[in-house]
Amino acid sequence: MDVPFWNKEIETADRSRLEAIQLERLRETVGWALKTPFYQKQLRQAKISSADDIRSLADLRKIPFTTKDDLRLNFPRGLLAVDMKDVVRIHSSSGTTGIPTVIYYSKEDIDNWTDMLARCLFSTGVTSRDVFQNMMTYGMFTGGLGMHYGAERVGMAVIPMGGGNTKRQIKTMKDFGTTAIHVTPSYLLHIHTKLEEAEVKREDLVLKKAFTGAEPHSEDIRKKIERIWNIDAYNSYGLSELNGPGVAFECVYKNDMHLWEDGYIVEIIDPDTGEPVRDGDSGEVVLTNLIRRATPMLRYRTRDLAYLHTDPCPCGRTHRRLSRIMGRTDDMLIINGINLFPSQIEEVVMRIPEVATNYIIQVEKRGDLDHLTVKVEIYPKLFLGDPSQLEALKGRITEELRSAIILHPTVELHEPNSLPVSEGKAKRVIDLRPKE
Amino acid sequence: MKLTQISVFLENRKGRLYDVCSLLGKTGINIRALTIAETETFGVLRIVVDKSDLAIQTLRKNNFVANLTDVVAIEVGDKPGGLAEILKVFADNDVNVEYMYGFVEKFSDNALLVFRFEDTDNATKILADKGVKVVTRKEIEGL
Ligand SMILES: [Zn+2]
Repeated sequence: MDVPFWNKEIETADRSRLEAIQLERLRETVGWALKTPFYQKQLRQAKISSADDIRSLADLRKIPFTTKDDLRLNFPRGLLAVDMKDVVRIHSSSGTTGIPTVIYYSKEDIDNWTDMLARCLFSTGVTSRDVFQNMMTYGMFTGGLGMHYGAERVGMAVIPMGGGNTKRQIKTMKDFGTTAIHVTPSYLLHIHTKLEEAEVKREDLVLKKAFTGAEPHSEDIRKKIERIWNIDAYNSYGLSELNGPGVAFECVYKNDMHLWEDGYIVEIIDPDTGEPVRDGDSGEVVLTNLIRRATPMLRYRTRDLAYLHTDPCPCGRTHRRLSRIMGRTDDMLIINGINLFPSQIEEVVMRIPEVATNYIIQVEKRGDLDHLTVKVEIYPKLFLGDPSQLEALKGRITEELRSAIILHPTVELHEPNSLPVSEGKAKRVIDLRPKE
Repeated sequence: MKLTQISVFLENRKGRLYDVCSLLGKTGINIRALTIAETETFGVLRIVVDKSDLAIQTLRKNNFVANLTDVVAIEVGDKPGGLAEILKVFADNDVNVEYMYGFVEKFSDNALLVFRFEDTDNATKILADKGVKVVTRKEIEGL
């Protein structure tokens, strides 16, 4: 296989070289961080008062973690490390709680980030001959502009479509001969169902590659995308706290994502203890940004669960590969040894029209085993007064859950608005198992 | 003549049947006929009441999942073979009964039974042809 490199020297640098770069940049980043009120406090706790207190990469572990809440509490300027005259871009996210977070970028920060993205895109084999349609939302979300800049740097012809307007997306792909797109996996699946409506045939399109991101998805979804579209789909990982897209990206081998270790230090920790897991084990991804001056980020707890591959990739890159995101630390359940995310259950019950929007996942001990019960509220308009209809519905939900999550749950049907709701936000998981 | 049956979804929760009955009672609605189809984890209550419009409004307003179904109430001679006579009419005319149940109280010497047919319109036509006495809406309301 032809393996293209954007920066071969760095992408194939041996570990000692990578670690030397990391140490140098970590010291620099700590220096920047000490200019912010938030990190002054954090680093003082760790008895770090200057970059000189970081003597080896092991010293990283002296630094306390940074959490999303820290960013919220220090909104809007608590993590700003440069004068506003040196800021050229602001990205922000509103988040579900309503308190926003903000990230500032200097000119050099944007340049570094863009270069990482060019590296990502180039590693999949795109070149300046490609036509790139960016279907991610622009605006404050990093997925739009970030990838736009990276694609331009590769020299692709960039079509800044943004999200939505499916028919127009399809027509645009046809009109301009789009060969590569940046898109969420669910939207890419959706577009396929609209081809006919847009009166465009697959053969009218020259699409070859999709870069999927912004939502965790399974290998099955990738395979489905590749099959129905007959394209190559590459997984990507990023978050605005760590610049945005381009933290990790799949190369031509598509066997999980090279995480650029000259730009980011990755740790995988046990989310309960904060201690590192064994090599290759899964845990929470913690990232330190080494290439952003305006908003430094040290040991950021992403709450994403994943693992690092320990075997090398045939492409020759030395940067380790991050697995697909398996879920979020805030919501994972372990039931009879099987990892389960409420989102997996949500996915199943939400595609059944007879189910209303509320559901509860309950776990309890029955003997030695964990037992899972999924309670759903029925949708009143679809109740026909017939118990056999409801029995059939229950059977259908049970079967669909069983095939999606391996576990065999008990399904209970409930009346609308009967399941407990707390503080306006539905409480989804009730774990009745005794705590050890 | 068709009557309106109300089906109410009851989750398997203590006192839910009582909730329905007391709510209707407080609203001045009389239950004429009643049956419960139960499964392991939920039930469906079926009732025929004197004021079905008011009943369904009241139930829905109180967040019960309720739906309307057409049924027919038939007077059956309260004597040996009374029911068999009726069922023979159905059998001879290919009328399929989905389920049936009895009234709570009698209002004549005859027993009253509620029938749910696969094809209600066809069934009422045949009953009329055969001269079987069915209960009218007025009778249910004034019972
Ligand atoms: Zn590779």
